[in-house]
Amino acid sequence: MILVRYTFFIVMIMAAADGQILAQKEQTLLSLLGREETTEYAAASFKTDHVINLHSLESTAAGVLDVKICHRFGFLSGGLYQLFGLDQATIRIGADYGITDRLSIGLGRSSYEKTYDGFIKYKLLRQSTGLRNMPFTVAILGTTCIETVHWAHPERDNLFTSRLYHVAQIIIGRKFSSAFSFQVSPTLVHRNLVSTVAEKNDVIAFGFAGRIKLSKRLSLNAEYIYLLPDQVSQAVHNSLSFGFDIETGGHVFQLHLTNSTSMVERGFVAENIGDWRKGDIHIGFNISRVFTIVKPKT
Amino acid sequence: MKKYILLFLFFTGFIAVSSGQKYYSKTGHVQFISDAPIEKITADNNNSYIIFDSATGKFEFSSLVKGFTFQKALMQEHFNENYMESDDYPKAIYKGSITDWSTLHLMNDHVYQVNVDGQLTMHGVTKPFKSKAELSMKNGNVIASSSFDIVIEDFNIQIPKVVKDNISKTVRVNVKAELVPMNK
Repeated sequence: MILVRYTFFIVMIMAAADGQILAQKEQTLLSLLGREETTEYAAASFKTDHVINLHSLESTAAGVLDVKICHRFGFLSGGLYQLFGLDQATIRIGADYGITDRLSIGLGRSSYEKTYDGFIKYKLLRQSTGLRNMPFTVAILGTTCIETVHWAHPERDNLFTSRLYHVAQIIIGRKFSSAFSFQVSPTLVHRNLVSTVAEKNDVIAFGFAGRIKLSKRLSLNAEYIYLLPDQVSQAVHNSLSFGFDIETGGHVFQLHLTNSTSMVERGFVAENIGDWRKGDIHIGFNISRVFTIVKPKT
Repeated sequence: MKKYILLFLFFTGFIAVSSGQKYYSKTGHVQFISDAPIEKITADNNNSYIIFDSATGKFEFSSLVKGFTFQKALMQEHFNENYMESDDYPKAIYKGSITDWSTLHLMNDHVYQVNVDGQLTMHGVTKPFKSKAELSMKNGNVIASSSFDIVIEDFNIQIPKVVKDNISKTVRVNVKAELVPMNK
């Protein structure tokens, strides 16, 4: 009798197990094929290749030209007399181009110190899921700029190299969710000529930047650049910026508040004189417009 | 003796569910075309999964939304970010069956016009969906193709007014796949 009961029990389990297999097969025929054997790269961590002043971990897509017009009004602390900075303007006009999806270059000209700048950026690692799992994106950036403002002391023996500034940066970041991305960028700024002996030629800083998507076409961005102590003059402040990215089809408008006047690394990392506490805040905007120059082969 | 009966019961159960040849493809091609007054947009996905059970006439089709490639990188980004929201809804899936499958007998080098009936799921919305399709058999493989229109509003995808002349309200979808027998 016990044996019969036992058998009955086993049969029930077997039947249940069979039923389950049957149900599974009926529900997901697709599961027989296993998971997709593809690697999905995280895209659109930031709306453009710049957060505000800092480079974002994104780069311009292959064959795409991204024309940028960046503008900073004067300090809000200029008060009504300067119409809160609207009387002054600092601009940078430039363009970035994607040679491949991982390698991009850019050129620009800023009114600040009449500076020409060029950069090259390469994505070493790309955040991905699927066949290849990579939790972070890592990009390296090299920037050089040439200041062309007239020599302050033409009577001296001035060297061309004194006009050059170089920047090396590593950008490590992650798109944590579709709404939140964050990145850290250790930065080295090399200045061939500095104004006083106390100032260092090589300046080390850490940039932190993030964005929160408020809606499909609007995001809130923030960035802060921390300079290690005792490297630059006392008048220099860490750069802090807040802004919105507004996307309208082929354009991205970035509106922001920042204490940085310059729009190239050498300036906003190492020579940033604006102080938020004194109201040295610029209203600024960047306009980015993309043009597809080379269409990808499909 | 009882042990053998049990084993018998177990295996017969198994055999009953796994009989019938299945065909599959992991390189199904899906193309969609949006033909709006200002802009014609096409996108392709060459890695769609399809599996077909010849015992029942049922089949399932799955495309990764991020697997669609566009002529312009920004379009691809907007497609994923703003319209399909592929982080939240990564796949478009069709589960259906061939109407009157039991009366059909696939023969090599013959083309069959069939109707399919099932459920289309994309952007988090599931809708009943019917379409015509073409089936044929070549060298033991099943070749399937279909073309149909999707009204994007049906799937809760909104097109902002500014781009209403750039993106059409209905998109044409072309599907083609060659399915090979599944060895089991």
